[in-house]
Amino acid sequence: MIVLEELQKRYGERLALAGVSLHVQPGELFAYLGPNGAGKSTTIRILAGLTRLSGGRAVIGGVDIEADPRAARRQCGLVVQHANVDNELSLADNMDIHGRLFGMPADERARQTRELLAYVDLGERRGQRVATLSGGMKRRLMIARALMHRPKVLFLDEPTAGLDADIRRRLWGLIKSIQADGATIFLSTHYIEEAEFLADRVAFLDAGRLRALDTPAALKTRVGEWAVDRPSQDGLRSDYFSDHGAAKYAANHAASVSSGAFTLRRVSLEDAFLRMTGKEPPPC
Amino acid sequence: MLNGWNGWNVWNVWNGWNGFVAVYLRETRLLRRRFFRHLASMMVPPLLYLVAFGTAMGSHSPLPGRSYLEFLLPGLVAMTSMTQAYGIAGEINVARFYLHVFEEFQASPIGSAAYVLGEVCAGVTRAALGVAAILAIAFVFSIGVRVDACLLLAAALNAAAFASLGVFLAMIVKSHADQALLVSFVITPMSFLGGTLFPVENLPGWAQTLVYLLPLTHAADALRRASLGLPADPANFALLAAATALFFILALSSVDHARD
Repeated sequence: MIVLEELQKRYGERLALAGVSLHVQPGELFAYLGPNGAGKSTTIRILAGLTRLSGGRAVIGGVDIEADPRAARRQCGLVVQHANVDNELSLADNMDIHGRLFGMPADERARQTRELLAYVDLGERRGQRVATLSGGMKRRLMIARALMHRPKVLFLDEPTAGLDADIRRRLWGLIKSIQADGATIFLSTHYIEEAEFLADRVAFLDAGRLRALDTPAALKTRVGEWAVDRPSQDGLRSDYFSDHGAAKYAANHAASVSSGAFTLRRVSLEDAFLRMTGKEPPPC
Repeated sequence: MLNGWNGWNVWNVWNGWNGFVAVYLRETRLLRRRFFRHLASMMVPPLLYLVAFGTAMGSHSPLPGRSYLEFLLPGLVAMTSMTQAYGIAGEINVARFYLHVFEEFQASPIGSAAYVLGEVCAGVTRAALGVAAILAIAFVFSIGVRVDACLLLAAALNAAAFASLGVFLAMIVKSHADQALLVSFVITPMSFLGGTLFPVENLPGWAQTLVYLLPLTHAADALRRASLGLPADPANFALLAAATALFFILALSSVDHARD
């Protein structure tokens, strides 16, 4: 559904994307994980038509975004990481204008507005001004709006950033149900647990480069099964083991030769991310 | 993003029309939400000019047999249609840099022409409200003004020219601050020098040459001739139409520059 080939973006001297290549399958929930400034939003902005690419190629649903950008955009829904709704207009007005932009007839706009606002639990507020909504409600409105024209691909750029844990969980449920309805979802996040919970496959992006791409389970397996954490001068350092016995022995041995707290636990996606992006503390 | 026309076909025409309506409706719905605030704010400057200059100038009219207010009023129509139409740039600026709603247009499959036309028509609508407000003030103050097709056409062309200029400049600025600078350096000087408050003929020769290059000078002249019942000068309309076409084309070509 989405194909990136050596995608590049340059802002002056700075290379924000240094040749990213990947494929996203139809119906897949694909997570793009990386720290701030990794190039996640840049990728999504290029794919959604907000930013021009500097090199490489991107194809959405068989359409090259440079060759036929309008046909490519017709297939996409976009939820950006900041609120981009008209505060002075009503929820229904925001939905209606989006539907018009995508050439939807009046009856379909009315039906989709009614159904989607109900879907995101904002049906009762359809006539209210957007300014009266909370941050989480605005995010749900933006998701409903992005689904208005029934896109094949939904781009979600940090959809839960800055939201409370309960609202984040609620949005996770919503995202899962959108995928279950058949949409391909391209999600960027810097919340590792979000990627782990939601994604079929995860790509680690760092400094504009793709460091790894696989299922969350496979990425974790590349590091090991078990981790032993121990404090160091540079922060918490972890050693990884495939065998539980070896990990337990290492933890006991470390505890016998030095003081400090040692933890034996299962490897997480965060371990895989830190190791594969080279961000874990250096060896003692 | 908002790319040019990719050939004439049914989908493009339908989508272009829908895109235009969406952009125009968004602006007019916002205008409707703030209607009375906006109307009040657009009536303040012309009222101040009428009261201040009308009182200060008294019987010193540049037109024999006519009051200064009769001279001034068409100038205020020109000024108001310009500032209100250009005001669409401020709305676009807010949509781009504050609300980020402009991203909605960028991520949609509409063309640049639909976007620019929607914004220009919204600017002209704002200008029409402003002109109607001034004409209502003229009626209340019993200021003689003749409203005919030439006056309406001149006001509409002036508004279309400055709305197009507003869209063009709103696309190329990089921040709110740039937008404010443009108002200070382009719109405010034109408001005072474009034959709105005093006859251009009173300026030195070299200044007249410069001032006649400004579209507002021709709008003020066309409006004044219509308002006073004098024969229209086709050159004024031709120049306003040319300015509208030029600014509209510049706006079309600049929409894509608004992308990162």
